[in-house]
Amino acid sequence: MTDETTNPLRDEISKAISENPVLLFMKGTPEQPACGFSARTVAILQSLGRPFAAVDVLPDPRIRQELSAVSNWPTIPQLFVDGELVGGCDIVTEMYQSGELQQALGADAGQPEQAAEEPPVAEAPPLSIENRL
Amino acid sequence: MSATPEELKQRIEAGIPGARAEVSGDGHHFNAVVSAPAFEGLSRIAQHRLVYDVFGGEVGGRIHALSIQTRPE
Repeated sequence: MTDETTNPLRDEISKAISENPVLLFMKGTPEQPACGFSARTVAILQSLGRPFAAVDVLPDPRIRQELSAVSNWPTIPQLFVDGELVGGCDIVTEMYQSGELQQALGADAGQPEQAAEEPPVAEAPPLSIENRL
Repeated sequence: MSATPEELKQRIEAGIPGARAEVSGDGHHFNAVVSAPAFEGLSRIAQHRLVYDVFGGEVGGRIHALSIQTRPE
């Protein structure tokens, strides 16, 4: 049975989504992706040079379960920009190839173009939702 | 029993009105290219959700991974 009244993990996930302008839920970490789809999505984000936060869903299966309930999206990875689900690996790849992803990250993340010269990932503190339970 | 590309194709085409699907896969990882009039005017997210919705909880389970490309038509 799910408890509808208190769901700290779901609240943590929603909070992470709203607080991080570019947030990737993935299997593994940007340094060590544990799945080809997550790896490809990380590689695309890193190639754009935009800092992003990442959450590893693998340590606790409930993270993935609650995330999918929040996002209404069944698969991992999931990229959120400004609190909105952009998509998984397929959509991110398509948007990268068409230039839409660059636009979405450039315009919506609210940072000037110089940000592209900064090293990716380093700016983003690692999120570990499972440790905050 | 593992899923087959043919099963996925038939279910997508039955589940989304007017859809045509090309599905390839090895029984666990699948790739589907789907075109449907229902996609017209929808965001990519919404288009992909229509396809995922055909399979409900099976995606991530019995269907380990389903890669999707959608084309409005």
